[in-house]
Amino acid sequence: MATTANGLAALEGHVPDEEKPGFKTGNHAGQVRTCETTGLPVCLTAQRFIRLNAVAAVVFLLIGGVAALLLALTRWPTVHLLPADWYYRVLTAHGLNMLILWIIFMEIAILYFAGTTLLNTRLASKGTAWVAFGLMVAGALAINGAVWSGKADVMMTSYVPLQAHWSFYLGIILFAVGALIAVINFLATLYIAKRDKTYAGSVPLVVFGATAAAIIAVVTLLHGAVVMIPTFLWSLGLTEAPDAAWYRLVWWGLGHQSQQVNVCAMVSVWYLLGTLTTGAKPLNQAVCRGAFVLYILFINLASAHHLLVDPGVGAGWKIWNTSYAMYLAVLASMIHGFTVPASIEVAMRKKGHNKGLFGWLFAAPWKNPGFSAFFLSLVIFGFLGGITGVTLGTQQINIIAHNTLRIPGHFHTTVVGGTSLAFMGLAYYVVPLIFQKEYPAKALARLQPFVFAGGITVMAIAMSFAGSYGVPRRHWDINFTGAQFSAGFDSTAHLMMGLVGIGGTIAFVGLLIFLLLTVAAVFFGRSNAGKKMEAW
Amino acid sequence: MSISFPEQGWFKAPSAGERLWIGLAIAWCLVLTLAMPYWHFKGKQNSTGEAYRVTPAEFYQRAQKFIEAYKVGEDRYTAIVQPPPGTDVYLTARMWRWDPVLKLKKDQTYRVHVGSMDLNHGFSLQPVNMNFQVVPGYDHVLTLTPTRAGEYSIVCNEFCGVGHHTMAGKIIVEE
Ligand code: HEM
Ligand SMILES: [Cu+2]
Ligand SMILES: [Cu+2]
Repeated sequence: MATTANGLAALEGHVPDEEKPGFKTGNHAGQVRTCETTGLPVCLTAQRFIRLNAVAAVVFLLIGGVAALLLALTRWPTVHLLPADWYYRVLTAHGLNMLILWIIFMEIAILYFAGTTLLNTRLASKGTAWVAFGLMVAGALAINGAVWSGKADVMMTSYVPLQAHWSFYLGIILFAVGALIAVINFLATLYIAKRDKTYAGSVPLVVFGATAAAIIAVVTLLHGAVVMIPTFLWSLGLTEAPDAAWYRLVWWGLGHQSQQVNVCAMVSVWYLLGTLTTGAKPLNQAVCRGAFVLYILFINLASAHHLLVDPGVGAGWKIWNTSYAMYLAVLASMIHGFTVPASIEVAMRKKGHNKGLFGWLFAAPWKNPGFSAFFLSLVIFGFLGGITGVTLGTQQINIIAHNTLRIPGHFHTTVVGGTSLAFMGLAYYVVPLIFQKEYPAKALARLQPFVFAGGITVMAIAMSFAGSYGVPRRHWDINFTGAQFSAGFDSTAHLMMGLVGIGGTIAFVGLLIFLLLTVAAVFFGRSNAGKKMEAW
Repeated sequence: MSISFPEQGWFKAPSAGERLWIGLAIAWCLVLTLAMPYWHFKGKQNSTGEAYRVTPAEFYQRAQKFIEAYKVGEDRYTAIVQPPPGTDVYLTARMWRWDPVLKLKKDQTYRVHVGSMDLNHGFSLQPVNMNFQVVPGYDHVLTLTPTRAGEYSIVCNEFCGVGHHTMAGKIIVEE
């Protein structure tokens, strides 16, 4: 194997071998192909659903992305593009299409991949996968229909007693049930792989991480059911409104834990891309796996940090959740933040890149967008996301940050600069390996992660500063024109809002390059079926 | 490799470098774990979450009584209320105004009851930048001691409908 730049040569030892622990005979019954690039067995049913879910993800990323540009241009004071009602509508659409639809469709694709290809098994049930996909698409359409027709200007959090049209809640329920069914299909796939003895010993690390994500997802989706079903019944006029504080508590059981699903999925993708791009090996499987277990055990409790300035939850509860509970989950991220780059360093040094302390980093395959997206994601999430997250989760700091722009400033470094960027890096391998299509304009693709990461970083930092001056999130007019009493913010805050607009526009350009190249590759790209993928 | 099956006997103790890092991380986590309760008891600004269930109608009645008792003037169709130090103060949020305008004395402590008539609102005191959630059905008690004289605005920072960005009230602190 001649490839070097994408490090795939390192995968040669991966070819099924009866002697080693690992692949035994698969259970595919003919519905399988061997990947020419990696030598891995690809279940054709799983491949179809990986493709379907990835395409859906990209469609909603496009909708959310257009919304993102409109929002950035509205919060930029000198542009102030949208009228107020459309700003709130587009903001609702952006949150839902991005955080729920783009991310979760992508995660289902990841689960189907990790569950089948890496375990040499077929997908447990094709029919179930269709049902799941159908429900998720139906839900996604219902949500978008309600929001864009102006029947659900309630933000993605839809705090009661603010009420949307029932089709909005129904859409969320359908989508969540579909996602839950897909997760169960993944767990069933793990089961049949074990039953059919398609492998011996322990599962690969990426499968372990994906399983952690799946377990948290089940708990998350159950919270979703507990909060959304009564809300749906209320929107039909059948029951009384749920208690407003209860709604916030349970909603964040859903909203916060789903972020941990995202973290688990993202870290798994880091390990996957580390291997695909540099041949990196986890240094110590026990340490990496232990960290995933910490996520499963402790993240639930940390959801309290959304309610730190709420009435109705007591001081003791707040202290407990911000101290003991939160830091055990933080510990897990600190561990991955060490083991992932360390494995890259070791892999690069093995290839002879030993100059100085950071020679290995300079020699890393920065021209490979799979690598640059992954490593930038690691840096943005680890430094900006981690530091802002831990500070905001402090009771006292939360008083000066709650519902200000510091909050979107934080999560655009976690779920956007972190998770979304990692998923884009993944796409640079999913399209050639699973869609078997080559990306056009590779030079542009190499640039894309840097543009997106740069724009998001500028926007997120500007948001954080503006928020520190008190600028609210979800707010159309920080000059309070027409308000009963005058209010407003000084020129520094306005300057920061200008930077939000500029950074957001740059990030949008990065997003657009990704979307155009990916759509071009999937629909019009050169097929590489029967061949190895081209080196990045 | 993270995508292949681990060798038999993969379970091994962390190496020296890993032990050092995990040790440092745990130590740091412990420091912060202890810092949280420490700050709560030693710090001067906390959110204790003191709150009582109350129906909007009931809260409205208490707030009206409070306004009638201590009203000293009117500004833009809104009562200005100057309660004696130490008393219970009522601040009502509704789409899209804060009622009444409060006139407080510097260095005096007040129990400010914040309640909502309709939706969630956000109590955001500017320019000091302190933020608390206002949830309908709950009387959220903030024990406040103003430390600087001047005029402050209360803006709403929880989305509460299409007039959300016009919701601003006022607190005056006198020497
Ligand atoms: C080009 C990329 C993006 C840009 C320029 C962008 C920009 C923005 C802006 C300006 C806001 C409004 C903040 C406010 O006024 O309160 C916002 C909100 C938000 N964004 Fe993004 N964003 C981008 C990508 C994403 C992605 C990929 C995700 C999720 C995976 C995401 C999740 C959210 C969420 C959850 C909100 C909050 C919505 C709410 O308050 O209900 N964004 N974004
Ligand atoms: Cu309000
Ligand atoms: Cu509001």
